[in-house]
Amino acid sequence: MAKVEFETPELKPWVDAPKVAPGAMAHSKPFVAKPEHQQPLGFPGELVENWKDVALEKMGDLLGRYRSLQVFMDACVKCGACTDKCHYYLGTGDPKNMPVARQDLMRKIYRRYFTPAGKWFPKLVGAVDLTEEVINDWYSYYHQCSECRRCSVYCPYGIDTAEITMAGREILASIGVGQKYSNEIIGKVHTIGNNLGLPEPALADTLEGLEEEVEEDIGVSVKFPLDQQGADVLLVTPSADFFAEPHVDGLIGYAKVFHQAGISWTLSSYASEAANFGIFIGNYENMQKVAQRIRQAALDLGVKRIIVGECGHAWRVAYSFWNTLIGPFDFLDPSYPVPQHICEFTHDLLQRGALKLDPEANDDKVVTFHDSCNVSRGSRLGSAPGGQFTIPRDLIQAACRHFVDMAPDTIHEHTFCCGGGGGLLTDDLLELRVKGAMPRAQALQQVIESHGVTHMAAICAICKSQFSKVLPQYGMGMDMIISVHQLVGDALIFDTEQ
Amino acid sequence: MAFELNGKTYETDEEGYLSNLGEWNSDVAAYMAKEDDCDLSENHWEVINFLREYYDEYQIAPAVRVLTKAIGKKLGKDKGNSKYLYELFPYGPAKQACKYAGLPKPTGCV
Repeated sequence: MAKVEFETPELKPWVDAPKVAPGAMAHSKPFVAKPEHQQPLGFPGELVENWKDVALEKMGDLLGRYRSLQVFMDACVKCGACTDKCHYYLGTGDPKNMPVARQDLMRKIYRRYFTPAGKWFPKLVGAVDLTEEVINDWYSYYHQCSECRRCSVYCPYGIDTAEITMAGREILASIGVGQKYSNEIIGKVHTIGNNLGLPEPALADTLEGLEEEVEEDIGVSVKFPLDQQGADVLLVTPSADFFAEPHVDGLIGYAKVFHQAGISWTLSSYASEAANFGIFIGNYENMQKVAQRIRQAALDLGVKRIIVGECGHAWRVAYSFWNTLIGPFDFLDPSYPVPQHICEFTHDLLQRGALKLDPEANDDKVVTFHDSCNVSRGSRLGSAPGGQFTIPRDLIQAACRHFVDMAPDTIHEHTFCCGGGGGLLTDDLLELRVKGAMPRAQALQQVIESHGVTHMAAICAICKSQFSKVLPQYGMGMDMIISVHQLVGDALIFDTEQ
Repeated sequence: MAFELNGKTYETDEEGYLSNLGEWNSDVAAYMAKEDDCDLSENHWEVINFLREYYDEYQIAPAVRVLTKAIGKKLGKDKGNSKYLYELFPYGPAKQACKYAGLPKPTGCV
């Protein structure tokens, strides 16, 4: 099954900038989207004949639409601060995975067609013609960036490679060369409502099964309501929470919290997905269409609040973009944050004493926390700066007595991507995913050795799936990765027990 | 992509998942498993058959907890967990077992 031959990087006591290995990952390319994945998203089914004109026109359109893109194209001074900050460069040694080089793949075309110097003296300013070779490089290396934005933290100009990657992918999709994994998924959200293509009857059956399981397990009748008209809260969560492990234990944790807090809530079969792959492919219209389902479900169900489950980029889209994308939210109760993250919600209940946890319930664990990139660098939790770092850690420490952080340059805003973010969580990119996980695995290995860490908690569906797949490659157990709300749910004290 | 078996050609996607669910038969499952150096035991077949029944009803593969519960009922409680399913299908029950059962590959953040 998908046998891919490659060497898993060796974990050393620290992460060194690797020896440069030109072309080491030039072979890495995800499957190209078929016409049936492209067309429903508004993209041409296959490479269009006049692709060069279309690509340049699209690039001009994006430069006009996003002032940031133009600034990023112009501002780089080649200082080199970003070169050793990308997990994919650190894991592969391919110099085109240095963020500056990834940017230059587009910058050289920008200079050639959009700057006077590049039009007249291309060789002097590193400008080159848009050729098939360039497009191939784009397809390969814009799918070796997880849009995690770690490089932008170190860039003195704040150049965000993620936005350049997004633009690159959008241009590619618009000439007919989209990525199968992301585009197939977006199509499923448009037709069925979630990334999995899980239809309403299957979702209802799955939730019913979870109710039975939890009741058997703890003797409390915790509900998982679906399409409950007039509930206070609409919970949107990644569909992986319904489907996969360890995600589902996080979903059980949310349900337990709602139950014990006595707050009525519901899931929606129409908006059964929090994730929004529209951001991964850089396409505003698809991102808006995906998000619109959530607004519609909230209106239809007549809820007062929207809460977002543990999903990194869903939270970035919700926190940073919902307002202009699908707002205004004047139909929701203004006394609560719009949107609210499940960690904020649980944290607030704990602060107010509305929930009680028994951390001894997790005494079998020594836990560390993996900051997910889109929460850490693309948004915030709570009302104080840095809440996205403190709130999940507060929750873990309320639920568990043994907590230890990984090395400071690998957490908070410096966190390393899991290696599978940004639309790269697909088996056709397994080599990239394993190699890109090396810096995180190295930091984890260190706290396993120094503090006997047994589990790493996260608040992102992609991180959870990625780690359960790649940690075994580094000799660690696939079940090391867990949901923050699994810890909370397992430690929660129910009234019935008092 | 495609493969030939007993004189018939079967279309698949890039990763070897059957393109047309209706063409599936038990020889196809056995052939795909053999390609992965996997011999299908009775317990493998319990999983494969359940996946097909579930898909028939719901047009999607079952969630992991739905699957483990069903397998626990059929093969005994000690086998109703993912650890056991991973022993049967080391590449992951969702993906590997779905492939042998002729189901499409689960998509999303899984």
